[in-house]
Amino acid sequence: KQDASPPPRVPCKPMPTKNNLLDSRQTKEKRSFCMVEKGTSLLKKMEISVAEAEKRTGKNAVNMQETYTVYLIETRPVDAASEGTNPVPDSLWRRYSEFELLRNYLLVTYPFLVVPPLPEKRAEFVWHKLSADNMDPDFVERRRVGLENFLLRVASHPDLSSDKIFYSFLTEENGWKETVFETGFQAKADSRLKALNATFRVKNPDKRFAEMKHYGDELQSVISQLLRVRARAADRLYGVYKVHGNYGRVFSEWSAIEKEMGDGLQSAGHHMDAYAASVDDILEEEEHYADQLKEYLFYADALRAVCRKHELTQYELEMAAQDLTSKKQQREELATGTIRTFSLKGVTSKLFGQETPEQREAKLKMLETQIEEGEELVKERNAECEEFVKSAWVDIERFKEQKDHDLREALISYAIMQISMCKKGIQVWNNAKECFSKM
Amino acid sequence: AAALGTTDEPTSAMSAGAPRSLASSGQKSIQDICHPLSAEESALNPGSAADTGLILPNGTPVDTSSLASSSSLLNRLQLDDDLDGETRDLFVTVEDPKKHVSTMETYITYRVCTKTTRTEFDLPEYSVRRRYQDFDWLRNKLEESQPTHLIPPLPEKFVMKGVVDRFSEEFVETRRKALDKFLKRVADHPVLSFNEHFNAFLSAKDLNKRQGLALLTKMGESVKYVTGGYKLRARPAEFAAMGDYLDLFTQKMGTIDRIAQRIIKEQSEFLMELREYGPVYSSWSSFEEDLHDPLEGVSGCMSNCSSALEELTEDMSEDFLPVLREYVLYIESMKNVLKKRDQVQAEYETKLEAVVFREDKKPPVPSDVEKCQDRVECFNADLKADWDRWENNKRQDFRQLLTGMADKNIQHYEKCLAAWESLVPLLQDKQEAEGETS
Repeated sequence: KQDASPPPRVPCKPMPTKNNLLDSRQTKEKRSFCMVEKGTSLLKKMEISVAEAEKRTGKNAVNMQETYTVYLIETRPVDAASEGTNPVPDSLWRRYSEFELLRNYLLVTYPFLVVPPLPEKRAEFVWHKLSADNMDPDFVERRRVGLENFLLRVASHPDLSSDKIFYSFLTEENGWKETVFETGFQAKADSRLKALNATFRVKNPDKRFAEMKHYGDELQSVISQLLRVRARAADRLYGVYKVHGNYGRVFSEWSAIEKEMGDGLQSAGHHMDAYAASVDDILEEEEHYADQLKEYLFYADALRAVCRKHELTQYELEMAAQDLTSKKQQREELATGTIRTFSLKGVTSKLFGQETPEQREAKLKMLETQIEEGEELVKERNAECEEFVKSAWVDIERFKEQKDHDLREALISYAIMQISMCKKGIQVWNNAKECFSKM
Repeated sequence: AAALGTTDEPTSAMSAGAPRSLASSGQKSIQDICHPLSAEESALNPGSAADTGLILPNGTPVDTSSLASSSSLLNRLQLDDDLDGETRDLFVTVEDPKKHVSTMETYITYRVCTKTTRTEFDLPEYSVRRRYQDFDWLRNKLEESQPTHLIPPLPEKFVMKGVVDRFSEEFVETRRKALDKFLKRVADHPVLSFNEHFNAFLSAKDLNKRQGLALLTKMGESVKYVTGGYKLRARPAEFAAMGDYLDLFTQKMGTIDRIAQRIIKEQSEFLMELREYGPVYSSWSSFEEDLHDPLEGVSGCMSNCSSALEELTEDMSEDFLPVLREYVLYIESMKNVLKKRDQVQAEYETKLEAVVFREDKKPPVPSDVEKCQDRVECFNADLKADWDRWENNKRQDFRQLLTGMADKNIQHYEKCLAAWESLVPLLQDKQEAEGETS
């Protein structure tokens, strides 16, 4: 169980700060976008990264050739890195489906935790230039960063980081899948899925969880909207910048028929070309922001799952309690001979005559046993419920703080990106203006 | 025999360089030709401002008898854009637009102020109100009465209703500036500024009456240059180059117009999406606690950027596109002047040929052929001088137009920059406060 106060946060990778974002064009460099808590025992021991991606071909389950991508997970003991010896890291290859398997295991095993999400399975909210193809190198690269982020999130979680299956995912290439299946989580996975999709009414849900679920719904909705607008806006912005490139061409043609004006026009044209070209970098930066939003879009889903699970446990408790109450009532009726509640048995016995005293005794005995068992069940379920509420709420609070922090950071870097874009625009147009003034 | 047809002149010399021989005059240099405004020529141009004798802009009379003074006259006349205050004796401004509402129509009038020391004007100062129609009338009159000259352009007559608001401040101001430029260019022109219609425009209380009168008396003038049916063998290289240039230039203007329109369209569509951002961030902030202020801040920024972009697209529609289109229209009228010149030359060449073939005729050449020759030479001189003036004005106009375009874009980005820069410390302050309490 965790401490009350959150451990100090330290960025685990150099984060783009206000100053260096403007200078560095780290477009292809690895950038994870979470502030990771160095407090967990796992991260104190090892550094984790998803270093590379590669294409593979092989036979799949139905013996057909397929092409897929594998990702290189590198782990390195922390001490070695700080000593400066820099040994070769341990590494293994995993594909996306194995990450999915890991996450499903964690979901089933820790239903009271907001489990970090994976990067999207298929490219959604794309604008026209971005390929929706899973094999597209840009998509693969962004997925690599997303998978690394996922591992770091899990590794920095106070509870998840100590999971054995997670550890072996990072360290044991062969036989990991079998180990996971041996836990028997698959059976629980199926019933979990059923429960999450079932409709039932809870009489007394914890208000906080009901509010959280509602929040999760709203967050999902608003982020989806935002991502859709962003995709359309990116498409339009691309058009605006690229059409300016046409100025470059026409100014060049025009300058050929001019004498004094020619030079100014020609050089201004070059600046228009530069302006048109600058949109590619701008939109790539924006893609990064979109990925940060997407993470929380999927996190909202994980949050809703926890709230849903609470409802389920609460519902099962209520069902058990209800069942117990009805059994107790039956006993009372049987004992006193009065029929308070309407039951088929009561009606049939009225119609067809009462039972013999022996039959009554047998029934009473059975009921007593059932009531005993029922009381045990209620006690159990009650304890489960309380336990769930307690653990889940702690993690939800942790999640809230993380979300507020991460999204604020994302907004800051978005603003910084906008500032950079404006400054570049001013520079290009000033250059063009100078050329025009020399005409 | 005078040379007919073209000479091998390099086509690149369009600028105000050394005077060169006219194609049709053979050995005569431009310095030897009397300027149409000189006293000797007044017989050929009845009713022009030259009736009162030639005066330089600074008020001194011109002595056209000597070669030197002719060339110096020409040199001075070519410097109109560089005229300093001392040499100018006619100042015109267009200002104070006002809306007039009547039962029949609504329109804008502008105050036209004139200050002058020229004796062609009865008073030293004038202040009259004119509407666009009146400027249009003036330009038509100038085209009719000065067919050998390039008349400066007017802003477009028609504007698409519903697309542009004819009475918006921005539109009226843009038009005022264009009308002001038009009058100033006429006022700076050594020939056009002495035109009596221009005088009437600047001084007459009631222009309508004058319009009628002017129409009656000036009918004969324009007939002179409407020569029909003569075929020109070949346009002299110099003027052919002008024609070619105008064709290419028109093409480029068309391309730029299309590009500008496309950009405005894309920007408008981007603006539509941008406008959706703000409300989404706002609705997000409504169910957040800690993130409420940052999200509201972002929403506000988006709104500011939307307004800035809206202003940019409006400015480009109202200031940039109209000027391009005016130039395309203007070039059409310039091409017409070139065609008229061809006609005048064709008439001369045809008549000359007819004379040459009659062997019994010896020089001096008959007077009507001589008149044709003079007409050609004057036209060529006027056109060349005006062409140089046009080149200069064109350069100024486009420098101004394109610099303006750059400025508008810079201003747009500066507005957005200010919005985002003011947001960042707001976001980061909170963060630091958070850090301290945790």
